[in-house]
Amino acid sequence: MTNSKHVKTLNNANLKCSAAKGGCGECQASCQSACKTSCTVANQKCEHEEK
Amino acid sequence: MIHKYSLNGYNIVLDVHSGGVSVVDDAAYALLDYLDAPMQEKCPEEILDKLSERFGRDELESAYAELYGMYQDGILFSEDDYEQFADKMVSSPVKAMCLHIAHDCNLRCKYCFASTGDFGHGRKLMDFETGKRAIDFLIEHSGTRRNLELDFFGGEPLMNYEVVKQVVAYARSIEKQHNKNFRFTITTNGVQLTEDKFEFLNKEMSNVVLSIDGRKEVNDRMRPNAGGKGSYDTILPHFQKFVESRGQDQYYVRGTFTRYNLDFAEDVLDLNAKGFDQISVEPVVTDSKYDYALREEDLPKVFAEYERLAKELIRRKKEGKGFNFFHFMIDLDQGPCAIKRLRGCGCGNEYVAVTPDGDIYPCHQFVGMEDWKMGNLYDGTFDLKRKEYFAHANIYGKEECGKCWAKFYCSGGCNANNLQYAGDVLKPYRLACEMEKKRLECAIMIKAAMADTDSE
Repeated sequence: MTNSKHVKTLNNANLKCSAAKGGCGECQASCQSACKTSCTVANQKCEHEEK
Repeated sequence: MIHKYSLNGYNIVLDVHSGGVSVVDDAAYALLDYLDAPMQEKCPEEILDKLSERFGRDELESAYAELYGMYQDGILFSEDDYEQFADKMVSSPVKAMCLHIAHDCNLRCKYCFASTGDFGHGRKLMDFETGKRAIDFLIEHSGTRRNLELDFFGGEPLMNYEVVKQVVAYARSIEKQHNKNFRFTITTNGVQLTEDKFEFLNKEMSNVVLSIDGRKEVNDRMRPNAGGKGSYDTILPHFQKFVESRGQDQYYVRGTFTRYNLDFAEDVLDLNAKGFDQISVEPVVTDSKYDYALREEDLPKVFAEYERLAKELIRRKKEGKGFNFFHFMIDLDQGPCAIKRLRGCGCGNEYVAVTPDGDIYPCHQFVGMEDWKMGNLYDGTFDLKRKEYFAHANIYGKEECGKCWAKFYCSGGCNANNLQYAGDVLKPYRLACEMEKKRLECAIMIKAAMADTDSE
């Protein structure tokens, strides 16, 4: 988290890096979690072995 | 692309393609109305002029400098360069299955998309042979994927508990030789969730979804038994005992809210008051002809309710009495990779549903729609052309999703809902989109509020 006078950034913003090594598919199918009628992926865990 | 919004006193800026989330002050927030890539090092004079009545020049210039720093760091107006990963969004191994172990149910929930359990095709329990073939199918089509998920679904799966146990035992007996790791889950209405089943379920089910709608009167109105009597007094003690035996871990109580309870935050809070810390309460998905269906005109009330719930959750978290509300859980740092987020729900590609007759469908929501059947376990058919079609139902296959700020968080919504309500798998269902976006705004705001607490 970075803190300045006007801006506070809350995270590492690493989405692009995650794409480069991503797509192993070992994580949970999003619909299987707790919804079964909607879709949210942002709360799921990454299960990439090399992470 | 950025998405900015003010909520609960926080000016929040999401940089869509990097995933960067920032809280900014009013000067920076106002500047962003006039900015886009490519940014210049110095703030253009005409922008300073436009905002000169609201902010001092020095303040605007220093805010601009910080925004420019973000731009240079790639967390503001970052480029959409994800097309290069399109080759990772093709047909994938099947890794997850919804096993319809029982097309029968002991409740008669009014909003049930499964026509009170039988999916419109008659009441039937799956036999072991079909369950066994389903396990074999999953292993055979899973390629190099190690973690395989199987959700026991219905209808009510506990009406066929013996076959559930047999299927689990069969999968466990062969998983090692195939280098697979089965993760079982079960979705139950709780009527038959008695103590004699706890040990097995706690040992074998990595997650359990427990269906209950919230307050007694809300639950009983929509979730009666076959005799018309409300289910609440039966299921609540079952769920409470079960969750206690599980150690408050790896479960969700999962409710549905309808037009009858637009004050659904009360149901979430009531579930928490009854001892549950893992809660999911979701909007009903049903034909608009029904009284209880959510309508466009209900959205302001639904939004206000999500905000109310978010603020209450922050208050409780700060007091150390927080709980998890499924749709407000978001991981801004270690969440799933961008490929996963772009791939969509995976139905019909990574994920399939299997019925008691061994029919294969893209997912549980498609079961019973003959036109969408993908194959059968007994005749060995599996429609790879249709699988390929679903593989392309990713974010970049859906025109409206590609332009949406929420694409990395919702993953393109539910394909079955899209088909049912927008008439096309590739066309998002607006009502669901609007609610999802509101939930995400609340989820991110909660992070901002908690970060605020941490730095105090």
